[in-house]
Amino acid sequence: MNVWRLVVQEIAHRKLNFLLGLLSVAVAVGCLVGAMTLVRGNEFRTGEILAAKQAEVEQAVAEKEKEVAAAGAHLQDVMRKITKGLGFNILILPQDQDLNELHVEGTVSKAMPEKYVTDLAESRIVTINHLLPIVSKKLRWDEYDRTILLTGTRGEVPQAHRDPKKPLLDHVPPGTMVVGFQLHSQLGLKPGDKVTLMGREFEITETYPERGTADDSTVWVNLAEAQEMLGMQNLVNAILALECNCATVDRIAEIREDLAAILQGTQVIERGPPALARAEARNRAALTAQTSLMLEQKAGKEALEREAAGRELVEKQTEDFAAVLVPVVMIACGVWIGFLALMNVRQRTTEIGVLRAIGLKSTQILLIFLGKAILIGLVGALIGYAAGYFVGVSWSDFATTSAKTAQLFDPRLMLLALVIAPLLSGLASWLPAMSAARQDPAVILQGE
Amino acid sequence: MTPRVACAAEQFFGNFKLSDRPLMLLSVKDVQKTYSSAGGSVRALAGVSLELAAGDFVAVQGPSGSGKTTLLLVVGGLLAPDGGEVAIAGENPYKLASDARAQFRATSIGFVFQQFHLVPYLSVLDNVLAASIPTHLVDARQRASELLAHFGLEHRLHHVPGQLSVGERQRTALARALLNRPKLILADEPTGNLDRDNAEAVLGYLTEFANEGGAVLLVTHDDQAAGRAKTTIRMADGRVVE
Repeated sequence: MNVWRLVVQEIAHRKLNFLLGLLSVAVAVGCLVGAMTLVRGNEFRTGEILAAKQAEVEQAVAEKEKEVAAAGAHLQDVMRKITKGLGFNILILPQDQDLNELHVEGTVSKAMPEKYVTDLAESRIVTINHLLPIVSKKLRWDEYDRTILLTGTRGEVPQAHRDPKKPLLDHVPPGTMVVGFQLHSQLGLKPGDKVTLMGREFEITETYPERGTADDSTVWVNLAEAQEMLGMQNLVNAILALECNCATVDRIAEIREDLAAILQGTQVIERGPPALARAEARNRAALTAQTSLMLEQKAGKEALEREAAGRELVEKQTEDFAAVLVPVVMIACGVWIGFLALMNVRQRTTEIGVLRAIGLKSTQILLIFLGKAILIGLVGALIGYAAGYFVGVSWSDFATTSAKTAQLFDPRLMLLALVIAPLLSGLASWLPAMSAARQDPAVILQGE
Repeated sequence: MTPRVACAAEQFFGNFKLSDRPLMLLSVKDVQKTYSSAGGSVRALAGVSLELAAGDFVAVQGPSGSGKTTLLLVVGGLLAPDGGEVAIAGENPYKLASDARAQFRATSIGFVFQQFHLVPYLSVLDNVLAASIPTHLVDARQRASELLAHFGLEHRLHHVPGQLSVGERQRTALARALLNRPKLILADEPTGNLDRDNAEAVLGYLTEFANEGGAVLLVTHDDQAAGRAKTTIRMADGRVVE
């Protein structure tokens, strides 16, 4: 026989007192565990939501990047095509060509070997592309009594180190002719018509719309035929080219430097406005794409921050609620346990007197009541933890799977409950237990 | 029902054997006790002296308020006297610290009350064994079983007091008082709630205990009960008058 057997037997005898105490502790621990489980669930849910949001934002940005890249590429391509219409903007001429003639007459009279264009195409030059060798001469089209600009072209020369590009100017096959706007509109020429130029017969394959330039008075024929017609076999008057959209401070100086290393005896001029417009347009397209992407990233970041702030508010509200509820419930339960213990002591006054009379020490009497309180605390903590965990899991929007539910189980919290609850229960019962231990058996027995 | 009495009673009661020279188990010398309260003071004991040797069975009689119960509590180490000396088997319990005095009470004194004062939620066996909590008696269970069998309660071991007759309750209380083999039994109106047969049985056990070398101090109003004692003293106004 020992004190614990007394405690257990008394509990079995006065079940209601024990159950009420148990309920009190279970409610207090349940509130604590439920609140902590909810807070823990909120934290996990916040992490989950933010991670999902982060992934969503990253995916949106990635998609936007793709869209922007595609749109940018498309825009650049469109701009390239649009600006390509502005024509070649680099003119490579023989060194001895008088530029006054070009500017005043609109023609070039000096020639250079056709081989130059092959040399240039086989070089690794990147500052220019779309190489087009031409012969060009202003002459009289006797058959129609017109002054025209005859241009012979063989089509763009593919550059060895570059992917083939769609030519700015289509190849003109031998025996065919392309006619500028002024000529075909005034002479009533149309594709399919047969015409004669300098005694040679050509079939018109294409008529250009109005460009508002010298092209409107130009006739294009095959380069080899033009060379023969003009007595310029293996010679060309100029090589047209398109400068690249490279980021550089002084494009033309760079091109001149590159060309000087490849072709001796040539000079280079840039047709200003078209080149500038093209570069500006393509840069603007790139900038628009970049800005669009930055806006998407900023929007994503702001959405993430808004979500985090929202979750933080939810967490704070739960924590604030728990910070008020838990102490209030614990104090109320402590008072209730103290009251129950006091009732228990008063109910057992005679028993205390007799036990003291038969020799139990005051510490053993104290242990009888504190032992009961500790048992109430331990069992109440277990029940309260289970109930609080169940409630917390039920209310939490995090525990959607059994794995997540298990994640909310906090062994440290359980250990804390198993330590704190008996301690608080013991403290709440301390004064009644002390009063029991200090009761004078003589007074009790005299009262009986 | 009259309880049966085992023939070898000494095995239940005694550590003590009567010898040619009786052992002095209780000595009370000029004990005084006054209760003070806001309404005034009451002198419960006014210089009481008595002695009980092994084998003595002394009955204390007197009117209510004569100091009988106070004397019992003082002798039992539960109520410190204002003056005088109490010695049980030569030792003054009031010179011991509270816990040591409780331990002394557990090993040296057995109490029997009119109201039995059994613990209501403990079985008969556990009620008896409760007396072994402070003494850690090694053979407590065996001795309790033997005592209860001796008092005719072997069929009631696992019943709670509420299921017992009053006679059975008092016999259970007596078994509890005897568990630790005390030297002295203090009985306060032990037959007050019992019918004649049960009273006789209880008084028989007390006599048996005294005969085996213990000492019994019996406080009673009942002349028949007092008649079973070897000696009867009468008290009035806190004094032994006869």
